[in-house]
Amino acid sequence: MSNVPSDLKYTKSHEWVRDNGDGTVTVGVTDHAQELLGDLVFVETPEAGTNLAAEESCAVVESVKAASDVYAPLAGEVVEGNELLADAPETVNNDAYGDGWLFKLRPENADDLNGLMDADAYNKLLEEEA
Amino acid sequence: MLIFEHSREGRRAAAQAPLEKVGAKGLPERFRRRQRAPLPEVSEMQVVRHYTRLSQKNFSIDTQFYPLGSCTMKYNPRACNSLAMLPGFIDRHPLAPETHSQGFLACMFELQEMLKDVTGMKGVSLTPMAGAQGEFAGVAMIRAYHESRGDSSRTEILVPDAAHGTNPATAVMCGYTVKEIPTDRQGDVDMDALKAAVGPQTAGIMLTNPSTLGVFERRIKEIAKVIHDAGGLLYYDGANLNAILGKVRPGDMGFDVIHMNLHKTFSTPHGGGGPGAGAVGVSERLMPFRPIPVVAKEGERYRWLKKADLSQSIGQLSAFAGNAGVLLRAYIYMRMLGRDGMHRVADFSTLNANYLMARLREKGFDLAFPERRATHEFIVTLKRQAKEQGVTAMDFAKRLLDFGFHAPTTYFPLLVPECLLIEPTETEAKEALDGFVDAMAAIQAEAESDPEKVRGAPYTQPNRRFDEVRAARELDLRYVPGVAG
Repeated sequence: MSNVPSDLKYTKSHEWVRDNGDGTVTVGVTDHAQELLGDLVFVETPEAGTNLAAEESCAVVESVKAASDVYAPLAGEVVEGNELLADAPETVNNDAYGDGWLFKLRPENADDLNGLMDADAYNKLLEEEA
Repeated sequence: MLIFEHSREGRRAAAQAPLEKVGAKGLPERFRRRQRAPLPEVSEMQVVRHYTRLSQKNFSIDTQFYPLGSCTMKYNPRACNSLAMLPGFIDRHPLAPETHSQGFLACMFELQEMLKDVTGMKGVSLTPMAGAQGEFAGVAMIRAYHESRGDSSRTEILVPDAAHGTNPATAVMCGYTVKEIPTDRQGDVDMDALKAAVGPQTAGIMLTNPSTLGVFERRIKEIAKVIHDAGGLLYYDGANLNAILGKVRPGDMGFDVIHMNLHKTFSTPHGGGGPGAGAVGVSERLMPFRPIPVVAKEGERYRWLKKADLSQSIGQLSAFAGNAGVLLRAYIYMRMLGRDGMHRVADFSTLNANYLMARLREKGFDLAFPERRATHEFIVTLKRQAKEQGVTAMDFAKRLLDFGFHAPTTYFPLLVPECLLIEPTETEAKEALDGFVDAMAAIQAEAESDPEKVRGAPYTQPNRRFDEVRAARELDLRYVPGVAG
């Protein structure tokens, strides 16, 4: 069973969101997503300053099996992309919720976070998809 | 071993060298090399042995069953190739005047007519030189159509999520944004999502029917109505034309434009890196926009239609008129098969797929769409094996090589986990299909008793399993003398 930390929020397209408590959030792909994709060979993260609409495709994770889009979980402005991943895409496989984060975002509306799934709801989604 | 590694300084193939010294007279100084190109220096016999050995390592349709789904790796009759190489064809210069090209033009005209007939379209242009260029031509015509009507509000192309990756790429190349339409549980386009997505911004939809999920799109007439009512056009991706050839016509389904992979479906080997031919067919309203040149018949004479005849054409996509050799093979293939033979292509490609599907199900394999009839291909999912035995679709694929079968397509379409997309084609005999079923059953038995063995495959091939991850992360394609590869 894949790891679903209880302190994060989730989307149905398998992104996780961490509230940094300073008006920004950190976004990555879940352990389940990296497991499905297999060993990543390329990651493209959005540039700081990019304005994103909710559900807009904004990053790419590519494995030997497939290339997948990553979607913005909330509308907002990109604060920082994880530059480490350009040279070390495997970080997403090894540490999906830690050093393998994709980008930081300043949400337009902080309340949007409440619209995302909590760990229980995401676990339920994974069970349905299994 | 690379050809470069056979190289010894000063070794040459004298019999192959040019008689006269070839100079670079007239070439400006700044374009000339400072050093000699690092080419291999080898004898004629070394070259022959090297490439003959390489060719013996090929896993090909001439040696093995090749059920690579979505690729239609069928046998291409030798006659199509030998007839297309008749001196009258290959000695004809592409700039030869029409008066000296009536035979060739007659073949091209008849090919256009036969393709119209078999697809139900109003007109055909043969010039696109590959499937991707055919797609580009198709969507460029959709764009030209809307622009000719002063309709500039249409910015979006709809693409189902089961589509080949080339479809969204084509739409973007033609300046459109892509809206993805989900698939329902039965493998059909999700109608509610489609209706919600359609609007005055819709330029058209790109559909593959049968789809890449190995099922027929059952509500195609309804889809056509939804799109047409909104003022959009329907694009047919001809990737899976083999399944319906001569049986059902895209024109009758309501499609406005279609591309056909003449390599692949009509007797030129597919997957060899080209050349190809992506002829396009159009409905009445797209006739003025066909890429040029097109062949016309006037009385008993044939001639090229060019810009002066088709002033609204999207233009010329290639030098001359496409890949003549591929077009000729398609022409000969269609003449050889005739109308009845065309039907048999569809009959036997779907019969073979359904037989193979039924037999694999009998052996306990899980189908992605168990309630659906297969088209010319179908999907097996090894999700259960991956979970229970830790043996994946890739492991099955590699082990199949040891049994003498080319692997089916793996991990495509992306919608189905651990999938094998299997397309037997119409040219395989029942014995080959039965042999494949036996191999799959044997591998399943191994997966249960000795999963490590399957995970370590292949064992009998010139190379063992590649480290695909390392190959992708540390891409290294350049030969540097003295540095091991």
